Amino acid sequence: MTTRRDFLKGAALIAGGGIALPGPGLAADDIAAALLPAGTVEQAVLESLPGKRPLIKRAFRPPNFETPVEYFNEVLTPNDAFFVRYHLSNIPQIAADTWRLKIGGDAVDAPFELTYDQLRKEFEAVEIVAVCQCSGNRRGLSNPHVQGVEWGYGAMGNARWKGVRLKDILNKAKIKQSALEISFDGADSGALATTPDFVKSLPAWRAMDENTLVAYEMNGENMPHWNGHPARLIVPGWTGTYWMKQLVSINALSKPQQGFWMNPAYRIPLGKFALVDRFMSQETAVNTPITEMVVNSLITNLREGQTIRAGAGFEIKGIAWDAGYGIRLVEVSVDGGKSWRPAELEKDYGRFSFRQWRYVVTPEQKGGLQVMAKATNRQGSTQAFELIFNPAGYHNNVVQKISLQVA
Amino acid sequence: MKKILLLACCTFAFNAWADESRVGLKDDPNRNLVIGNCVGCHSVDYIPMNSVFLDRKGWEATVNKMINALGAQIRKEDVPAIVDYLTKYYGK
Repeated sequence: MTTRRDFLKGAALIAGGGIALPGPGLAADDIAAALLPAGTVEQAVLESLPGKRPLIKRAFRPPNFETPVEYFNEVLTPNDAFFVRYHLSNIPQIAADTWRLKIGGDAVDAPFELTYDQLRKEFEAVEIVAVCQCSGNRRGLSNPHVQGVEWGYGAMGNARWKGVRLKDILNKAKIKQSALEISFDGADSGALATTPDFVKSLPAWRAMDENTLVAYEMNGENMPHWNGHPARLIVPGWTGTYWMKQLVSINALSKPQQGFWMNPAYRIPLGKFALVDRFMSQETAVNTPITEMVVNSLITNLREGQTIRAGAGFEIKGIAWDAGYGIRLVEVSVDGGKSWRPAELEKDYGRFSFRQWRYVVTPEQKGGLQVMAKATNRQGSTQAFELIFNPAGYHNNVVQKISLQVA
Repeated sequence: MKKILLLACCTFAFNAWADESRVGLKDDPNRNLVIGNCVGCHSVDYIPMNSVFLDRKGWEATVNKMINALGAQIRKEDVPAIVDYLTKYYGK
């Protein structure tokens, strides 16, 4: 794993390369600024939540803080730079020794309660590197703009999660054949009793997948408070809305979970996106729950308008990810999309992880240069050149364009 | 009176983890009505963050979503003034 020292070394290199590292209390130097609503940019200051480095503040309460792009120059996102996203403003600090996880619902035969110690000791521990990306990542880039948290590129992160398989917990509770969905509740709540609690469900088959975990560690440390201490759900490949934080109850249900956060929230229109993993028990005639992440990439070491030198090799760095089919190819264009060349893929941390890539360009002529990157996964799915507009601003995987000056 | 109440609840009642007191909204006779109806559940930076792209219909739909879907306790007779303010300063 990357150590903090490695990161600082990397950060110094980046700083040396002309990209300023974020400091507290400043207006956020946001690579998405040109595409975000003007009011979003005005509000985007760098602020630290307790235990976190300065992140891009989108909203104070409920806290929605975005990871600056610099941190994506390493494959694992540091815990203290990992994005924070909450829907409800009462977020209790939970002590591990008083925490209880209740497993029940009408579709189990043996409901039970788990303590933190039991979670760590009574089930097989497993680890997985996986991307957690908010469904609304890049919503702020939607054109036309749509209402919501106006995220740029950084409502995501990649971490090594350690925990236990959810299916082991459900099997201990003697899950029944009648289980249709498994629902999850966290300890957070709204300021008003009238605000719907944030409760989410998964189809039973996805909950029983061996990669779906109840995790208590993140990058080798206990789960940080803002990312779900003591334990959270990990649903590799699916968007962050299912990754319930501060998990306190799991219910196996023979009927679909109701509630605002299942419907109408977190829906994509039918017919606009290719769907592989479908959540059939929640589908309506017009829309369906967002499930898998679409294939995507991000250039991590360039800024719009940055100057590079003619005749010298310049390394373009980035990451690519998808829903777990695996990244097959990343192509880079330095002529505004006329020609494309494959980038070099770096070490594979598993099919659910960010995959780093690099591409060295040696510009011969002075003047302008437009850099683009496009990822393709093992299914043959690739990124969009034009936004597929939808009312909630989901699934934005439009190919980035960054203009550089060659001097 | 309303202002004092607001000040009191901002200071004592909310979980403000980082400093949200710096978030300012445009001055107007209806500003405190807007803050008073919103700040109980969320910091008011959600308003300028969502600007400028909603028209009057868009802000009206947003306020109604807060009431009907998210349980905000806003008096029906206050809705037009709130929507007026949001449209005037944060609408297109």
